[in-house]
Amino acid sequence: MSKLEIIDLHVAVTADGVQQEILSGVNLTINSGEVHAIMGPNGTGKSTLSETIMGNPNYQVTGGDIRLNGRSILNMQVDERARAGLFLAMQYPPAIAGITNAEFIRAAVNSRRSADQQVGVMNFLPELDKRLHQLEMPEDMAERYLNAGFSGGEKKKNEILQMLMIQPAFSILDEIDSGLDIDALRIVAAGVNSMRGPKHASLIITHYQRLLNYIVPDVVHVMKGGVIVESGGPELAKELEQTGYEHLGAE
Amino acid sequence: MLNTKNTKNNEQVAANAKQLAAATNDAAPRVDYAPIYSTGRGLNADIVRAISKAKHEPEWMLQERLSAYAEYQRQSLPHFGPDLSGLDLDSMRYYQKPTDHPVRSWADVPASLKTTFEQMGVPAAERAYLAGASAQFESEVVYSHIKTAVEKYGIIFCGMDEALQKYPELVHQYWGKLVPASDNKFAALNTAVWSGGTFLYVPAGVQLDTPLQAFFRINAENTGQFERTMIIVEPGAHINYVEGCTAPTYSTASLHAAVVEVFVKENAYARYTTIQNWSNNVYSLETKRAQALAGATMEWVDGNLGSKTTMKYPSVYLDGEGAHGTMLSIAVAGHGITLDSGARMIHNAPNTTSSIVSKSIAKDGGATDYRGTVRFTDKSHGSFAHVECDTILMDEASRSNTIPINEINCNDVAMEHEAKVSKLSEAQLYYLMSRGLSEAKATEMLIMGFVEPFAKELPMEYAVELNRLIKMEMTGAVG
Repeated sequence: MSKLEIIDLHVAVTADGVQQEILSGVNLTINSGEVHAIMGPNGTGKSTLSETIMGNPNYQVTGGDIRLNGRSILNMQVDERARAGLFLAMQYPPAIAGITNAEFIRAAVNSRRSADQQVGVMNFLPELDKRLHQLEMPEDMAERYLNAGFSGGEKKKNEILQMLMIQPAFSILDEIDSGLDIDALRIVAAGVNSMRGPKHASLIITHYQRLLNYIVPDVVHVMKGGVIVESGGPELAKELEQTGYEHLGAE
Repeated sequence: MLNTKNTKNNEQVAANAKQLAAATNDAAPRVDYAPIYSTGRGLNADIVRAISKAKHEPEWMLQERLSAYAEYQRQSLPHFGPDLSGLDLDSMRYYQKPTDHPVRSWADVPASLKTTFEQMGVPAAERAYLAGASAQFESEVVYSHIKTAVEKYGIIFCGMDEALQKYPELVHQYWGKLVPASDNKFAALNTAVWSGGTFLYVPAGVQLDTPLQAFFRINAENTGQFERTMIIVEPGAHINYVEGCTAPTYSTASLHAAVVEVFVKENAYARYTTIQNWSNNVYSLETKRAQALAGATMEWVDGNLGSKTTMKYPSVYLDGEGAHGTMLSIAVAGHGITLDSGARMIHNAPNTTSSIVSKSIAKDGGATDYRGTVRFTDKSHGSFAHVECDTILMDEASRSNTIPINEINCNDVAMEHEAKVSKLSEAQLYYLMSRGLSEAKATEMLIMGFVEPFAKELPMEYAVELNRLIKMEMTGAVG
């Protein structure tokens, strides 16, 4: 059992020398085996929350704590957090020419293994091919340069591919549904669902209820103005579809 | 000896090397070297005469040397580029005749370089070679193959000194036609005191796929100070020539001033690949020039690491209609290193095309400058040139300048120029690290990705060596 706790988290970004607070006291606890969804309007701090959990240096924690299994991770570098079990499927993963997808994913897998337990190419490729097949991605995606020239949908699938290969304890999926057609959405959701189980937890960030028809969450949170204004079961997402975010969080 | 991952492998290679060494040396064509001979320090006309005499050269070569020496005295240092004031031309030794035995023992190689070799896991055979031993032992099999091909097709592939003895008319016909002694001070110096280098003649229509590598010229001088190389590719022929070594080349000499001339005739193809990694006391000031006639292609692939100061601008004179010239280069400059390099593409005939892709990495206060010229003469109707410079600065102390010179004397030509100087992308670094890669590993992958377009053009063993070397260079770049 693992546990990720967000405790009264305050986060700011600095633009043109001016620090601006984005998160103003977020509280959230996720246990393994659970799927949480965060919904809410644009510019409300959903991506800030996911980037901050991962350790993006552009976001400054000004108050509160993030704890993994009771231990604060605020002083851990992004790579240490990754090796501790966190994974972020990014909204806009960068393209990197010159590094093949296979080479990158193998390095990621091996970064979690000791020097004498490294996975060689011969053992790695069959597993990668299996996952490519699962996500209905052509095998040549393995040898293409990382995200270079990938379509929006291919990038999203490639994030899920990495998650399936790495098998993290906590996955944060930041708008994994944006830019996906209905077939791709179904495939991506099936990939995420295949990770479900007692050893895995996920935090799904989305604008739209549509994704949650495919990945049914245990808990739905609504974020607005840098705080969580409401939490509930999967029915909350359906309700929001009808009523919108307007009425929530009004003081 | 440190125990590295490659220690075991090195032991094996060393054992094989011993076995092969005997066979190799017996089977190889020997250049009959006289015992060690040195002209001492400094240079004057008598020394130039002595060099020519020691080599039993024809009279015309002596005259070439003497007039070049006069030219050398007349010319001043280049009026552009890096500071050369540290170069003490009067205290250098201009000619020392090597024997065909190792001139240096492993014990004489500085400890810092030995450590470098150990870190790199350079095989013992290669270390012996770098320390001054004459043959690249493992190459025996490939060498035999090359030798057969060379003999079968009438290719001449030998040392420049040997070529002058055996094929004096051929050498005379092309000598200095592309790089006259008057071209620059160091071309003049090279012409006056040259020794060693490669001579390669490919008859019309002969197409050799296997790269010809300089170190197969067993017993030739490998890292002469003033190498002179001449390559003649007759019409319709194809050749791929590779020289250099990715491991640090230890040299006691502080100046290397080579001259390379490549003649690519009608519809012929030549690629000249160089990897250089001089030790950090060396000034490498080279003049490399190629001529491409109608329908011909000349490609330079040029990698530069190390040295104190490098000035090198390989050129292609596109003298025939439809000729094509390319330059693909990578430069990696660390602490105390100035790499001033680029290319020159001279469009001198209709419908000629050229491409320059220059990639460089500066770190720990190193400097990589791109200095390139693209010239369209009034005969270059319908020609096209593409220039792309891409630099990564690893830290605040490192520098890079892009100095493109475009001369356009024809109104229906086209040219593209892109230049980019950047730091390592933080977004990319963050992305890789978010998958668990350490900062050092992520940096290494990004650098290798940056180098990849260059590395993939190299023969496999060179690409492996280059990657290994750059990885090693990069450890320590991350704070």
